[in-house]
Amino acid sequence: MSDEAIAVFQVEARENLELIEQGLLDLLDRPEDRDLVDAVFRGLHTLKGSGSMFGFDALAGFTHHCETAFDRVRKGEVAATTDLVSAVLAARDHMRRLMEDPSGDHGAAGDVLLADLERAVREADGMAPIAAAPAQTAWRIRFDLPSNAFKNGTNPLALLAELRDLGEARVVADASRVPPLSQIEPTDHYLAWDVTLTTDQGRAAIEDVFIFVMDDMNLSIEALDASDADTVVANPAAAAEIVAEVPSIVPQPVASAPVTAPIQAAAPTAPDTADAGAAKTAKPSESVRVPADRLDELMDRVGELVIAQSRLSQIANSGVDTALRAVSEEIERLSGELRDTMMVLRMVPVATLFGRFRRLVHDLARETGKVIELSTDGETTEIDKTVIERLADPLVHLIRNAADHGLETAEDRAAAGKPATGRIRLSAHQSGGEVVITIRDDGRGIDRDRVRAKAETQGLIEPGAALSDHDLLQLVFHPGFSTAAAVTNLSGRGVGMDVVKRTIEALRGSIDIASRPGEGSEVSLRIPLTLAIIDGLLVRVGQGRYVIPLGAVEECLELSLDEDLRSRGRSFISLRNSLVPYLRLREMFETGTPPELHQKVVVVSTGTERIGLVVDQIIGDHQTVIKSMSKLHSGLPTFSGATILGDGGVALILDVGHLVAKGQQQEAQMREAV
Amino acid sequence: MSTQTELTTAPGWTGAEQVEVLTFELNGELFALHAVGVQEIMDLAPETVVPGAGAFAGSVINFRGKVIPLSDLRVAFGLERGAATIDSRIVVIEIELGGEPTLVGLRTDKVHEVTTLARADSEAPPSVGMRWRPEFIQCLVKRGGEFIVVPDLQTIFNQQQDARQPVASTTRH
Repeated sequence: MSDEAIAVFQVEARENLELIEQGLLDLLDRPEDRDLVDAVFRGLHTLKGSGSMFGFDALAGFTHHCETAFDRVRKGEVAATTDLVSAVLAARDHMRRLMEDPSGDHGAAGDVLLADLERAVREADGMAPIAAAPAQTAWRIRFDLPSNAFKNGTNPLALLAELRDLGEARVVADASRVPPLSQIEPTDHYLAWDVTLTTDQGRAAIEDVFIFVMDDMNLSIEALDASDADTVVANPAAAAEIVAEVPSIVPQPVASAPVTAPIQAAAPTAPDTADAGAAKTAKPSESVRVPADRLDELMDRVGELVIAQSRLSQIANSGVDTALRAVSEEIERLSGELRDTMMVLRMVPVATLFGRFRRLVHDLARETGKVIELSTDGETTEIDKTVIERLADPLVHLIRNAADHGLETAEDRAAAGKPATGRIRLSAHQSGGEVVITIRDDGRGIDRDRVRAKAETQGLIEPGAALSDHDLLQLVFHPGFSTAAAVTNLSGRGVGMDVVKRTIEALRGSIDIASRPGEGSEVSLRIPLTLAIIDGLLVRVGQGRYVIPLGAVEECLELSLDEDLRSRGRSFISLRNSLVPYLRLREMFETGTPPELHQKVVVVSTGTERIGLVVDQIIGDHQTVIKSMSKLHSGLPTFSGATILGDGGVALILDVGHLVAKGQQQEAQMREAV
Repeated sequence: MSTQTELTTAPGWTGAEQVEVLTFELNGELFALHAVGVQEIMDLAPETVVPGAGAFAGSVINFRGKVIPLSDLRVAFGLERGAATIDSRIVVIEIELGGEPTLVGLRTDKVHEVTTLARADSEAPPSVGMRWRPEFIQCLVKRGGEFIVVPDLQTIFNQQQDARQPVASTTRH
């Protein structure tokens, strides 16, 4: 088996496992939902089939046991209890291990899981919602298969055998579509079937027989009342007439009578079931799977094209050739559109991210013994793919925090007069060029006194220092800070919120926390839509050109010569009655050039803190593709990246958060000096 | 200090008997790079100074739409940094930095040729009588009457990344 084929199998199996997980989690909420049960069963079945096809025997074997156990749920023999579903979830994780590492020795772990599953099934036994009524019903089932059914690996005899397993069946073949021998395509399927089945099973059981071929076939299932059934059953002669209509040259391989022996020998139909299963779960809209690095490559090319185009239009506009100018404008429009399209390609709905957290919350609930409900909102909000990937870990941490620290135990909640179920709400919405993601819990909220006590013992603040509520809450982002009295398995190791904050800031985003004692906490993350493009203000300092993210710019003003001289000793300007510290970028960057006559101050802010940046010239707006700096320069916090300008030169992008922090330091030093 | 002595006594040449290299000149000294890692030889391009980055990789350039650091081996070897001439070129190579393949531009005074060096002609850098830091040199190869220096770029760049201080300085950690 080629590595490529195995890789494709693994990709599909991963998706399938994901679907199984989603289905199981949904099943926890709606244990009676037959469609979910069927979906999970189909997933397990497909996994087993394709697994054995690709030589993942351990996976196929293990999955087979789970499928068998789950089959009892599907048949309605046992209820989908929480324990049972959880056991299957755990088994699913094991399947994933078997799939990712087929050569590893997982036998013992698998046996334990199967034993758990077995126990869960036994306990669920007898809790089945309604035992199927043993009443016998007669059904008339007519079906035909598409002509390519054999090519797809469908075996009609196997279907008939399954029907027979359900009860007493009389099968009549309708061979009216069979063409003369000379026109017969030996690999095509021409027959239709008319089956009268008397069974104690319901319609669903009959439909299940056709579960993998239903999409491609005509199927009618009618219930016959007793008298009708009798007439049909009692009148095999009439049915025989149909057969008699068939031209007699046609061989009759399709015996309507006992054919059980060849059916038993029928080849396993794994390939077709796999295909049909995949087709069933596939989304209606067509999509193409593209490796992410190819997208990145394309993005680079588009970025280069935009740069080359702007050089072209510079040349075209400086000449008098109108034909050249027309072409240049056309290319400008096209490359702009291409870039916009490219951006959309990289956007992924946050649903892909939120989906993972349902499992997390399920596990957290089991671990903590709390009752937790996760609700999500705004899953269709789209963010750049790379951003999504880097958001996963911070969000996991925040949700863990909410579940572990935020939410109280059911008893505490009852004592506080709250519903026993703790709620965590995850929502996303777009606001301008940003996406806002909030994680809200209705737990106990952040205990200010504990935060203060902890900060004091750690020496972060002076005992009794006066802090605004906002500043006090900001302390939780301090490295090494954790208020959990006891370190649990989940959180409380103190390596959390500061890492979260740093990750978010590395994404050019911001994080904010709000909390009401007794009512819960809310953490909101503001993330730029994309990391690839930035709207910036292009400025010049000495010979160098720099980009300041436009989102952070509050205003630009001139630094008058008076002000400049006056402020030699204290780098503050007064802006509408408040003092704003400023940094002279010329000095900071050691340009070695004399200050220009009309220096400008660009006032930037990160939400609450403001700082002025003195530059030599403001060149203008600049929308640009962000390039990351190499590892050689990654240690320079002043710059968050670089970009290529229209003339092919490189401009560095200033990291506003860092500059503001630097300005605050400077301000603090000044205050001390005074 | 013991690690340094080990490095200097270790054989400088590892791998194949013969190797294809690109030779170039820095301040009159002849250097060689494995030709396999060379991506492109380009004319001088407009540079953007990165304030605070130090002399070794003090600026970045636009290389085919990518922003890559431009580094100066003369700083690592303590050579005098003369002005650019008509022969000056940038050699773009790929090296591994912190586990990631990274494109880096190297300033050179002049690029000579692609040639083959033989292991038999190589010598480990001498432990005395050399003003360069021995761990920065993979080996010296004798050809004709002169020595070609094969720098250990991986060590040089890793050092830069770790220390982020002028490499040629006399203080050692």
